[in-house]
Amino acid sequence: MKKILIALIVFALAPNFSLAGPKIEVLHWWTSGGEAAALKVLKDDFAANGGEWMDMPVTGGGGDAANVALKARIVAGDPPSASQIKGPTIQEYDQEGVVAPYNIDAIAQSEGWDNLLDPMIAAVHKCQNNSGPYCAAPVNIHRIDWLWANKSVFDSNGISVPTTWDELNAAAETLKAAGIIPFAHGGQAWQDATVFEAVAMGVGGNNYYKNCYVKLDENCLRSETTVKVFDQMRKLQSYTDEGSPGRDWNVATGMVIEGKAGFQIMGDWAKGEFTAAGKTPGVDYYCASTPSNNGYLYNVDSFIFYKTDDPDKQAGQKLLAKLMMGKNFQKVFNLYKGSIPARLDVPMDEFDQCAKTSNADIKTAGASGGLVPSFAHGMAQGNTMKAALQDVITEHFNSDMSSKDAANALADSVLANM
Amino acid sequence: MFKWLEKNLPKVVLTPAVGLIGWFVYGFILWTLYISFTNSKILPKYELWGVGQYTKLWASRKWLIAVDNLLIFTSLFLIICIVIGIILAIFLDQKIRAEGVLRTIYLYPMALSFIVTGTAWKWILNPTLGIQKLFIDMGFENFTFDWLVNREMAIYTIVIAGVWQSAGFVMALFLAGLRSIEDEIVKAAKIDGANLFTVYWKILIPMMRPVFFTSFVVLVHISIKSYDLIVALTQGGPGISTTMPALYMTQTAFHKSQVALSAASAMMMFMAVAAVIIPYLYSELRREHVS
Repeated sequence: MKKILIALIVFALAPNFSLAGPKIEVLHWWTSGGEAAALKVLKDDFAANGGEWMDMPVTGGGGDAANVALKARIVAGDPPSASQIKGPTIQEYDQEGVVAPYNIDAIAQSEGWDNLLDPMIAAVHKCQNNSGPYCAAPVNIHRIDWLWANKSVFDSNGISVPTTWDELNAAAETLKAAGIIPFAHGGQAWQDATVFEAVAMGVGGNNYYKNCYVKLDENCLRSETTVKVFDQMRKLQSYTDEGSPGRDWNVATGMVIEGKAGFQIMGDWAKGEFTAAGKTPGVDYYCASTPSNNGYLYNVDSFIFYKTDDPDKQAGQKLLAKLMMGKNFQKVFNLYKGSIPARLDVPMDEFDQCAKTSNADIKTAGASGGLVPSFAHGMAQGNTMKAALQDVITEHFNSDMSSKDAANALADSVLANM
Repeated sequence: MFKWLEKNLPKVVLTPAVGLIGWFVYGFILWTLYISFTNSKILPKYELWGVGQYTKLWASRKWLIAVDNLLIFTSLFLIICIVIGIILAIFLDQKIRAEGVLRTIYLYPMALSFIVTGTAWKWILNPTLGIQKLFIDMGFENFTFDWLVNREMAIYTIVIAGVWQSAGFVMALFLAGLRSIEDEIVKAAKIDGANLFTVYWKILIPMMRPVFFTSFVVLVHISIKSYDLIVALTQGGPGISTTMPALYMTQTAFHKSQVALSAASAMMMFMAVAAVIIPYLYSELRREHVS
């Protein structure tokens, strides 16, 4: 009797005995079309290496629902093994003490991530003041400052791809006179901020962008340059149609695809809409960077790895980190997603023209100091500051606020949230 | 044993429910109150920090806009719903044919969720898809109805959608109230020479006092909590012009990573609801006590 009891207890305490091996529970919101297909590649890779993948997809609201679920899990003391978190939010979670010990750092060192990533991108994934050990792994690089234009609309109105903001304004005026909506835009706060940062980098220059939106320098925010940036925003607003407020970004992309509108300013996920509509870059549409001095606004999707005592899960985290930074996954995933690999050494042969441009530009920008983090997508600032900037930008864009007032409001909003 | 059970059965049955409500409702209200006095950012933290979050809240432009919007929305929503509800109820009270069908039609919007109402009205009010386009296509080229995308007017579109959803419910309340009044009263008034208008204005509507009260409490707490309607209709836009307290609360907690500030705004909403509900409960309970 006693022996049976002991056996039962031992069995109960060791439920994983028969399932020993790398295990991982991943919280993500990649459930649609291409993203799900790309993730399947990773799952299959993981299984082929003897791992057990527990999927925890949470759809809805571009990650909002997943964010709620994640916080609930962490508060309950049971975080998933890995989840989609990016930018300075990685460090914010680390400061809450839920990330260390950084057991994936061993993989980062043995695989040599320092040599595979741009130093700026690498810093984002290191936890302690952007240095020290790695605690997150990047999967892609999205470029934000893209101009998507309908080629036949541009051609029939005698417009070429603008290389300065004045040319862009002139092009918009031509389109307006021709009765075409010049600028397809969805008036949602994050879209307003997306356009704003492209304008800020282009009109103000790369150093202005870094001082204002990365370092949050007050004098920079109140400067004449910021006023000029808001002036350009006001011009762009006059090129939108009145159905713009509240419109989803993909509906705006649809307007460009159908030729109802001339151009859109949006990150490279917009390419997926063109591809799905059977359009080819350079033939049916242009993908060009918005006017800037070799600038490149980047947005990196990453996975963060939480603290766990379970050795199987630790093994799983290491395996996942290794596969995620693997050449194969970085290539396949980004072919589906429209972005480019975070790893610098992935061959670009299979990618389309837009991705090749992006990959070439990021190297130029990196060398010339034009590689800057997007604040609208949470790469330059944490969520609090991102929202503080975004609130003012969207308020200006949707009202008759003067540029001068907007620049001061921007600085006030930043100071209030310091 | 059996006797004891018989005697205490209500208590035994109710205890788990009371315990669960106590923990999950009142327990979490207290938890939220506590969190609002901390400096929690991305996740809850438990060191006390003082009333700084409340100072920050009332210094925030966005919160002030949200409070303004709440006042505009609540007052208009309340008045228009009750006026339309009474008028519909009086019309239906005239012993008309097909009353059942009409009543169902008016009450039907109540069966929809605010998300559905919001989405439908978003399309109806969109200048490039809805009413404005309809009139322009019909030949009225200068017709404009752009409230939804107009910063100053967008809050009123939320009132329109909210009233459309809830007026039928208020009508049902008043209809039930009117039906519960004895016919003799109306007959007596008519013998005394009162016309139909006077009967309603001087006699029946004043007798509806409890119905007014019920409608008031139901509508006010709907409007303080309103979140889904705004998310579906305007997402707080254009800009931040239609932000409401509940939207502010979720955005602050989950987009802005300011859990404590969000808890402070939740406590302000809680107090607003309490300010409405507690006097109501008090008067109801006192009346029961008296009778």
